[in-house]
Parts: sequence; C-alpha cells; structure tokens
Amino acid sequence: MAKAKSNSIATPVLDTSGLDGLIKLLRDKGYQVIGPHRADDAVVYDVIDSIDALPAGWGAEQSPGRYRLRRRDDDALFGYGLAPQGWKRQLYPPRQKIFGASRQNGGFAVDAPPPPSPPMAFIGVRACELAAMGRQAKVFGDRDFADPGYQRRLAEAFVVAVQCNEADSTCFCLAMGSGPEVTTGYDIKLVEVVTKDRHVFITEAGSPRGAKMLKALKTGKASPADLSAAERSLRHAGQQQRRLDAAAARALAANPEHPRWDQLAERCLSCGNCTMVCPTCFCTTIDDVTDLKGDHAERWRKWDSCFTLDFSYIHGGAVRTETRSRYRQWITHKLSTWVDQFDETGCVGCGRCITWCPVGIDITEEAAAITDQGRT
Amino acid sequence: MNAAAHDHDPVHDPMIPVPFRIEKVRRDLSDTFTMELVPEAGGEFAFKPGQFNMLYVFGVGEVPISISGDPADRSVLVHTTRAVGTVTEALDALKPGDSLGVRGPFGTAWPVEAAFGHDLVFVAGGVGLAPLRPAIYQAVANRDRFGRIIVLYGARTPEDILYKKELERWRGRFDLDVLVTVDRATGKWGGNVGVVTNLIARGGFDPLHTASFVCGPEVMMRYSAQALEKKGVDRGRIWVSVERNMKCGCGLCGHCQWGPHFTCKDGPVFRYDRVADLFQIREL
Repeated sequence: MAKAKSNSIATPVLDTSGLDGLIKLLRDKGYQVIGPHRADDAVVYDVIDSIDALPAGWGAEQSPGRYRLRRRDDDALFGYGLAPQGWKRQLYPPRQKIFGASRQNGGFAVDAPPPPSPPMAFIGVRACELAAMGRQAKVFGDRDFADPGYQRRLAEAFVVAVQCNEADSTCFCLAMGSGPEVTTGYDIKLVEVVTKDRHVFITEAGSPRGAKMLKALKTGKASPADLSAAERSLRHAGQQQRRLDAAAARALAANPEHPRWDQLAERCLSCGNCTMVCPTCFCTTIDDVTDLKGDHAERWRKWDSCFTLDFSYIHGGAVRTETRSRYRQWITHKLSTWVDQFDETGCVGCGRCITWCPVGIDITEEAAAITDQGRT
Repeated sequence: MNAAAHDHDPVHDPMIPVPFRIEKVRRDLSDTFTMELVPEAGGEFAFKPGQFNMLYVFGVGEVPISISGDPADRSVLVHTTRAVGTVTEALDALKPGDSLGVRGPFGTAWPVEAAFGHDLVFVAGGVGLAPLRPAIYQAVANRDRFGRIIVLYGARTPEDILYKKELERWRGRFDLDVLVTVDRATGKWGGNVGVVTNLIARGGFDPLHTASFVCGPEVMMRYSAQALEKKGVDRGRIWVSVERNMKCGCGLCGHCQWGPHFTCKDGPVFRYDRVADLFQIREL
C-alpha cells in the first residue's frame, strides 16, 4: 500500500447517500440547488431537491447537428456528457429585469431594486464550464464596467464540479486548455467512480466553505481501485477527436475576405443556435416596455445573437446584412478578437456549437480552413 | 440612487438611468433639435468632448447620442439629435419641463489637449458637427495653444447647415478659419458646392504639425482621412468618431463591436491609424 501511504490524509469519498446529504445540506443553508435532470429528451440544469432528480443511468451521444439521450449500462449520475445549456442560464439569465420606473411629478422615478435572489449551488459543473464562467466573469467585471448582478451571483454560487469521465465526439477542451481535468474554481470537486458493486464520488474541497461543507458530511475513504479508476477515466476523457489550434485561430481576423466565408454562408442558416448554447457568448439586447396606461415602465435585458439582422442596425440599415458577415463576426470574435479584448480566447472547447448547429457546422474545421491549416 | 445624479459614477451601476429635466429645446433643422438638460436631483454634469450619453425616453427606449455642449459649462447638458427612428422621434416630442433618463458619459474623447502646439483641422459632415462642437469650444477656449484652427463643414443643402449662427460667429473671428460647402445648392446659395474633401484639398494648414478631428458618415470620414493623408497629415494625428448599434454603452451588450473594438468604450473616438484597416472591410 505504498501508494496510499504517500497521501498523509486519505482521500475522502462520498457515496450516493452522501451526495444526497450534500444537496440537502446546501438546501438547508439557503442555497437554491441546481443540477442536471432529464427533461424534453435532454439533460437540463434546473432546481433539484435530491439525487433522485439526477439523470441516473442516462448518457448522451453528441455529434455535429445531433444530440440523443441513451441508456448507459451503469447507473452513473453524471454520465451524460455536456448538457445543451451551460450555467450561463443561471448566472446571466436569458431575461433579466434591469429596472422598473414609474411616472412621478411630471417626470419619473426608478423603483427600488427588488431583493436579490437566493444564492445558488451548482451540482455537476464540468471543467470547460468552469472555464466559461471565468471568461464571462472577465466580460462582466474585470475592466471598466461591471455587471453587479453577475458578479454577485457568481461570487455567491457554491460550485460542485464533476470531472468528466469520458469525452463526447464534439469535445475539444484539451486543445483549449480548459479541461477535462477540474483544477480550479470549485468549492467541491467530485470524480464519479461507478462499478458493478461500488458507486462513490472521490471528493476534494477547493475552498474553505467547500471544506466546511464536507466536514459536515459522512465521508469514506477512497480505495486504491477508486483512485486508479479516476485516473483511467480522466485519460479517457482526454481522448478527444477534435482539435483547435488556438494560436493559429488568432489569424481569423486577418482573413476577412477568405473564400471559405462564402462557402460557410451557403450552409449557415443564421439561426443563432451556436450563440444560444455557447457558454461564453454574452451579447444582449434591451426591451423597454410599459403597462397599458403608460405609467409604469420596465427595462428588460434579453440574450441576443450576432446572427440576427437587427443586431447591427443603425439608422439607415444593418451593418452586417449578409450571413457571411454575421458568421464571420461570431467566429472571429470568439477565437480572435476576444483575445484582443480579454487576453484569452472566447472558446472553451465545449463543442456545443457543433452539436447544436442544425447543419453541423464545425468551428474547429472552419477555423482551420480559414487560417489555412488544412482540414483537421 | 439620486445621490448618483451628480457624481456620475457609471462603474457603480451603468445600466440605471438618472432623471434629467429638459430646460430648453431649440429646433436647429426640420428634423434636428437641441435640448438643454439639468439633473433633477441637482448637481453638475462633467464630460469630455466626443463622449456620448444613452438617452432614455420613459417606456419607449434608449439611444446613444453624443454630447454637443461646452465641456467647460457643467451646469447644463446639451444634446443635438436628429429624429430618424422611434426613440429619437419620441425625444423630439418632449417639451421643456419633461423628463428623460441619462446614462453616461461613455466613451473616448477628442484629444484636444494632445493637439496643443499644432494646427487643428475639424472636418464635419452633416449632423457630425454636433459631436465635434464640444472640441471646437475647448479649442477656442484655448485659442493661444494652437496654430491655425480650421473648421471644414459639409452639409447636404444650405437648409441642412447645423449651428448656422454659431458657424457664422466663428467665421467672423480673425483667428478661426471656417469653410462650409453643400452637396447641392438651393435658393440663393452662393457658397461652395461639393464634398467636404474638396475643402481639405485647399490646405491652409501645416501638414507636419496638424491634428485633425473628423466626424460624419463613415464614407465621408474615410475619404476625408485619405484627403488629409494626401496633404501630408500623418494618420496617427487624425481622429474619427464611429457609430455602431449600442444597447448598453459600456461594453457589456456586445452590439457595437467593430473588429477588436467595443465602439462604446474603445471609441467612439478612434485614432485613425488604429482603425484604418477596419474601414476597408465591408460589413465588419
């Protein structure tokens, strides 16, 4: 047992009832617990109250333009790969009320802001999703202006990360340096080990509050077999079919007239799916509305997509009238100009844009073609 | 909330408008008007020439409008607007005593002080004179710090000349050169006819020691910059002001992206050498 000896403290594990205990404990502490569950033939992140809500035994197959749930041959709770929508939905909701205002003395007054929503706990955050949170945290607060709501929700969120044990065919986090290993940004990290006769989660605290939470739970000790299974699955998750050369993709901005843009435009439907599932896309538009009498007004912020014609409208017309220009804007921003703006790429390699593109456009393939690296 | 009315700290919550009251409205042209605003909660409004505000019409919507008043006068906020869409038309319908919401000031400024010691050439097209006016005020207030100060202005017709009285007053000074041209002469117009770049070609400034601030339609700015370069003005001493769709004004909504730039916070005023390539790319 030389290996176990080298760890002066035994690695703790939670069994499934221990994980359930964690969810209950988080709820008791006032967190709104959000985790994966099966709905509408997909895995979605929503409010859960116990591990019964988790998609036990469900996996998913993903390929360009295709997503299908399938039964697994085990009872893994986190064996579904990546859910269609990431945690952006929770941290930066698709519709947010910015303010309400009422007419008053010939003018108007902005209403007092509503009390903040309860803090959230996220169960099952993948490495690439942690990276995506980091990207958005920079957009919403690292520089000149901040979004106080985003900052608060992120700071309060209790993050239970789950390391991937396998890769989907659309994954390329390894190439983007954002996974599959969970290394930072979590309160508690879990690695699921599931065999015929054992189902545990190797557990690690990543913050003082994570450690405190773990202390309150009944943990066991990881067996050497657990640890080697975890190592094996991490290697497995690193076996990815797709690659993206982030350094080379910087050259996208220097190729605005590449003929490939025209070929792309023939396939792209300009539907905006890629922007809706992308965990880093942050663009929003504003809706100003009033009640029927016109005495009360509200401003709502909604997710927007650079694929809509309206997106670039200035009086006289849209700047980007062609699909070619809009796709070019999206991918160039994601892989090239994002680096100018935020000193890192805007892509974390989750592959959602590939899976959810109705015509299966593959960002890795297009980036390679336009920067003349040949086909991947 | 109201405490924020005068310290204008957009970092705090850049998305919440502050109520301002309309003091005066002046009709400049058939579709263009100038409003003077004061914060309802009292206090001052400080800004740099070239910056803009997001103006909110209660319940209707919000638009980015550049500030066109005198930066030395913090007691009043001045905006000149052309009614071309839903929100600007709703702005046009407001009267003195009405309220509107203001967020800002946002964006980069015309570097008036950096141009000290140089000839200063303003090139404006149409309503593009409005974002330049604060810089002209500042330059005139520091008249002794510059060589020649030249204002070149192009409008569609004589009826479209913005700030006509003010242009005439500046033109009446011995230490300012003001040239106006129109695309199309109407009525008794006996002045210049043609594009504003023709006025640049006339020169009258020392190209090696000239800074130029250019504002107007994108195509006009591109040709003006070319004309200035042709006269020998380095593109690193030409500045332009770019217009893009904006929803937030502070780099959060993504709409105003232009290549690597957020026009709202990296612009709207850009040094031309940093964006000259972008001007050449269609539909960027």
